[in-house]
Amino acid sequence: MDMQSLSGGFATPPQDSSRAFRAALETLARPGTIHDISGAKAPAPVSEAAATLILTLCDPETPLYLAGAHDTPDIRDWVAFHIGAPLVGPEQAMFALGAWEALSPITVFPIGTPEYPDRSTTLIVEMDTLNQDGMRLSGPGIKDSAMLALPDLAPFQMNAGLFPLGLDFYFTAGTRLAGLPRTTNVSDLMEAN
Amino acid sequence: MSDYNFAYLDEQTKRMIRRAILKGIAIPGYQVPFASREMPMPYGWGTGGVQVTAACLTPEDTLKVIDQGADDTTNAVSIRKFFEKTAEIAVTEKTGDATVIQTRHRIPEEPLGEGQILVYQVPIPEPLRFLEPRETETRKMHALEEYGLMHVKLYEDIARHGHIATSYAYPVKVEGRYVMDPSPIPKFDNPKMEMAAIQLFGAGREQRIYAVPPYTKVVSLDFEDHPFDPSKADHPCDLCGAEHTYLDEVIIDDAGGRMFVCSDTDYCAGRQAKGHRGRLSPTEEAAQ
Ligand SMILES: [Zn+2]
Repeated sequence: MDMQSLSGGFATPPQDSSRAFRAALETLARPGTIHDISGAKAPAPVSEAAATLILTLCDPETPLYLAGAHDTPDIRDWVAFHIGAPLVGPEQAMFALGAWEALSPITVFPIGTPEYPDRSTTLIVEMDTLNQDGMRLSGPGIKDSAMLALPDLAPFQMNAGLFPLGLDFYFTAGTRLAGLPRTTNVSDLMEAN
Repeated sequence: MSDYNFAYLDEQTKRMIRRAILKGIAIPGYQVPFASREMPMPYGWGTGGVQVTAACLTPEDTLKVIDQGADDTTNAVSIRKFFEKTAEIAVTEKTGDATVIQTRHRIPEEPLGEGQILVYQVPIPEPLRFLEPRETETRKMHALEEYGLMHVKLYEDIARHGHIATSYAYPVKVEGRYVMDPSPIPKFDNPKMEMAAIQLFGAGREQRIYAVPPYTKVVSLDFEDHPFDPSKADHPCDLCGAEHTYLDEVIIDDAGGRMFVCSDTDYCAGRQAKGHRGRLSPTEEAAQ
């Protein structure tokens, strides 16, 4: 375990995590909005937003799947030291972290059960940038419509079709965070026109 | 450093509650189980709401706590003091100045906006509980959208009383899917639940958290021939003259004299400060 794995936690955990949670709550409750979230630093290629989010929400009770380039010895050590979440495959994951290509196909993640739709995976998708353009969003949390650039279209439409089951998503880039719950309907502006 | 954590709860408990809140937001109206903690106050005092508030508060928040619309009841004052002490946050009685509002039995009259969170204290989160006491069965009913019995119950009201007699905790359907208990607010408040703020519900004893995101469809159950009626008393407020608010009846003398006043004390005081007057308002000279 190198020094990087021991550093990068919150300076003042209760206060930092409270602010990070509010960003996570606001972005999931208002799809299409983008909030800053910061305070934790994990080894590359984990963004500060993703590191802060998993440090805020994950612990030994939340099995975590590290996908693709996010599954490195350094990152595993960082998770072990700061979070203690058991590392698992996608089928057991309560949270999953990685780039979209590494997380796909997302059909492998648990979507909950009819009696417990909350027992589903939350995917944290690392992006190069977050932009309020591209796909058109509508549904709970959105007054009329909102825009968000998503890495794909059909998987999000299929996921929304599973409601009340389904996956929930966060998108992270640098210190920026966006959310997409299963309730959001996603359409392609180009197709609609 | 104090001998308790920021906002009282330990970080692991807050993480667990926060995860439940986020799943609640993702599945509007669905009751997410959580492991409720003992709080330094009795269950009847809204420990579910207190835990949700504790998990949400940041050091920058301004908290308002109301009980039946009033900020100055023992319950509201205790909860407000608890968070002033454990989270060192700012508090207010002004609805518009609050970022987090914890409530028991009312939704403020002043429309809530983006950037605000309304936390409800919930005694019984399960709207189907009085039809079916078994948790395993109500969970199945929600899973299968078996809400027929609920409509039968409401229809029995109509058969017996000529109208739906339920006036508090009037059930709603959220985003066309889950039937939800709005907590014991008057049905007058039901239409306000389609709002710009985030609504979170905490039931401590029953260990459930649920949520309604902003701009989410919330429909009070009704029938074509008996549409939902939020029912408003046919008096104006005797102190501020408002004709659009929920009123409390107050006995004012031994002879049985009564007055009707806004249950939302902050709203009523705000209107009076702007010069609105009601039937029993002090005269201008007496007020000065
Ligand atoms: Zn009034």
